[in-house]
Amino acid sequence: MGMTGAEVIVDALIKEDVKAVFGYPGGAVIDIFDCLYDSPINFYLVRHEQAAAHAADGYAKATGKPGVCLATSGPGATNLVTGIATANMDSIPMVAITGQVPAAMIGNDAFQEVDITGITRPITKHNYLVKDVNDLPVIMKEAFYIASTGRPGPVLIDVPKNVQQQRTNVTYPDSVKIRGYQPTYQGHAKQIEKIAEAIKKAKRPLIYAGGGVLISGGSEELLKLVEKTRIPVTTTLMGLGCFPETHPLSLKMLGMHGSKYANFAVMECDLLISIGARFDDRITGKISEFAPHAKIIHIDIDPSAISKNVTVHVPVVGDARQVLADLNKIVEQGDVHAWVDTIAAWKKEHPLSYSDEGDIIKPQYVVEKIYEVTQGDAIITTEVGQNQMWAAQFYKYTVPRQFLSSGGLGTMGYGFPAAIGAQIAFPHKTVFDIAGDGSIQMNIQELATAVTYKLPVNIAILNNNYLGMVRQWQELFYGKRYSGTCLARDKTCPKKCDVPGTQCPTEIPDFVKVAEGYSAVGMRITKKADVEPALREAIKTKNVVVMDFVVSREENVFPMVPANASLKQMISGIS
Amino acid sequence: MQHTLSVLVENKSGVLARVAGLFSGRGFNIQSLTVCQTEDEAMSRMTIVVNGDDAVLEQVSKQLNKLIDVIKVHDLHPNTFVETQLILVNVNCSSKERSEILQIVDIFNGKIVDVTSKSIIFEATGSGEKIESLVNLLSPFGIREMARTGSVALHKGLQ
Ligand SMILES: Cc1ncc(C[n+]2csc(CCOP(=O)(O)OP(=O)(O)O)c2C)c(N)n1
Ligand SMILES: [Mg+2]
Repeated sequence: MGMTGAEVIVDALIKEDVKAVFGYPGGAVIDIFDCLYDSPINFYLVRHEQAAAHAADGYAKATGKPGVCLATSGPGATNLVTGIATANMDSIPMVAITGQVPAAMIGNDAFQEVDITGITRPITKHNYLVKDVNDLPVIMKEAFYIASTGRPGPVLIDVPKNVQQQRTNVTYPDSVKIRGYQPTYQGHAKQIEKIAEAIKKAKRPLIYAGGGVLISGGSEELLKLVEKTRIPVTTTLMGLGCFPETHPLSLKMLGMHGSKYANFAVMECDLLISIGARFDDRITGKISEFAPHAKIIHIDIDPSAISKNVTVHVPVVGDARQVLADLNKIVEQGDVHAWVDTIAAWKKEHPLSYSDEGDIIKPQYVVEKIYEVTQGDAIITTEVGQNQMWAAQFYKYTVPRQFLSSGGLGTMGYGFPAAIGAQIAFPHKTVFDIAGDGSIQMNIQELATAVTYKLPVNIAILNNNYLGMVRQWQELFYGKRYSGTCLARDKTCPKKCDVPGTQCPTEIPDFVKVAEGYSAVGMRITKKADVEPALREAIKTKNVVVMDFVVSREENVFPMVPANASLKQMISGIS
Repeated sequence: MQHTLSVLVENKSGVLARVAGLFSGRGFNIQSLTVCQTEDEAMSRMTIVVNGDDAVLEQVSKQLNKLIDVIKVHDLHPNTFVETQLILVNVNCSSKERSEILQIVDIFNGKIVDVTSKSIIFEATGSGEKIESLVNLLSPFGIREMARTGSVALHKGLQ
């Protein structure tokens, strides 16, 4: 008798210990939905497939386990695409399952047919079109294995409807072996010795830690390394939380909107130890002037990340946690006293700051208050833009998997569904989506999902009535020509306007009413004194809360290194 | 610089598209690509000839290695491999010209595969340069059509 393809899929999900599936039904996946109906797996019906992918992403990033999403063929599958690309850029383990038209109709422009394996080829770690139900058990096993090992990433499985209905006697394998895929976990011992030697000799060493530290579970080893060597640590956006930002040797984030002291340290260091980071252009600025005095060590599980953007002196291919553990066995502290003092002085002299006067709410203030009210213990997701950078700068991240943000792709609309995924994974944690008024509207329909599943996600909209980050670039580099970035504009506005004022047309939408329309709680906060009470009330509320913080409209994110400029050329704003 | 990559892959549908996509996604033009299954029918060997600077090619090789269906990638170093191409040419050939053409074919160790009163088709194999000079010698007679494979290459000896 065996199992049908649909049963194989659901059985595989159970065997892979999948607790949550995010998805949306349609003709080509009815068979799978039919099996889910009887299964112990919790299925979450989102309101747009993109949100299914982001929720799976948030779930995966918060837990470290693969996130699973499910969509029908054609438009269901294409709606997943942005979410898959987002996960791919941030190395998120994800398994995406799509229905496909019956195999015999593939290639005929059948109803709701799209070549989703073709479309997602460059944005997945791997993908499959299942042509024979007998291949399905192995493919499911491989998909989970590939998604969650090595440098993780999304794997898509496209399953024609007839394959879902056909039967197979092939059982689910216990293990897989793929001859073309054997990730290296163990770093080369000789290379690790070289790191230890370099650390011993260096006078001004700096650790630059990225998402790879979190993915590998290497945070404890990193802390151990720092305690042994007193090397200061700066992290990427994706690495936030891999090293406690409350630690005296934390330099917080580096790069375009990094702290001044982190960027100073990069420019001055004589040894840069990159761990699970990839020298992204938002980090390095002008690449030829990045870390000009430093010998560079690069630890990464992905050989293709090494020496891609910068010349590396000591490359180590391996898993960050394992390499750090091996390094910790032999490493000794160098003579770093003077350097540590310099850094402490920089931290004192150039803290992240903003001018905060009057009763108008500063967006940075809201983030600081969220930190206080949640006592640093919340899961923070972000949308994209200024809100994301303020969330990165003004909350202090101390534990792994606490900060979820779309770093590589910068996908507006990520934060809210990711918060839903995280809240499902951790029902008792406080979860905040720090949002922009533009981004939140890209997946605002998920209020329905959050409300119906009773997920008490908190959304803090830093409402500046602008696509603020783009407006900031226009202000600084395009002569204040606010083309297409004002969200308060209507037909009555002059063609050109760079002076937001009190006469601006009423903002659309009214977020409080939107929240109420979905049976969530809406609050509008316009005065500084009301920020903290609102936040305190929100975290007590057992429902989704949408907080519309009306903030100063033309606030900018500082410091800022203009695109492609050297990290030396930081624009400071006021601080 | 010209690079010859020898890539061992799973013999599955979609693999060619994955490999080709890596090149096209980076704006690389593939000069030639040949692919056929190997002694083990579950695997194919692709021979890919591309131009590009060494750093970029190194990155492409690493990216190829990252593909799940790619088993092994060799960037073949000059002088360490043998390479050959195959050409089929259809040349104008009146009875007057026949002996001259046959002589050329002979020099190149070619083999006649079809003859008509006005034309002749033959095949020849050899290095890219050899095939190039053959084409040059034949063009004065008028090449009607030709089909040519890219390089197939193998490492010399054991590796
Ligand atoms: C899907 C998508 N479209 C466009 C962009 C380009 N973009 C980057 S930031 C930004 C503005 C975001 O506005 P908002 O959400 O209000 O955040 P703010 O910067 O005002 O905090 C835009 C349009 C993007 N990152 N993602
Ligand atoms: Mg905004």
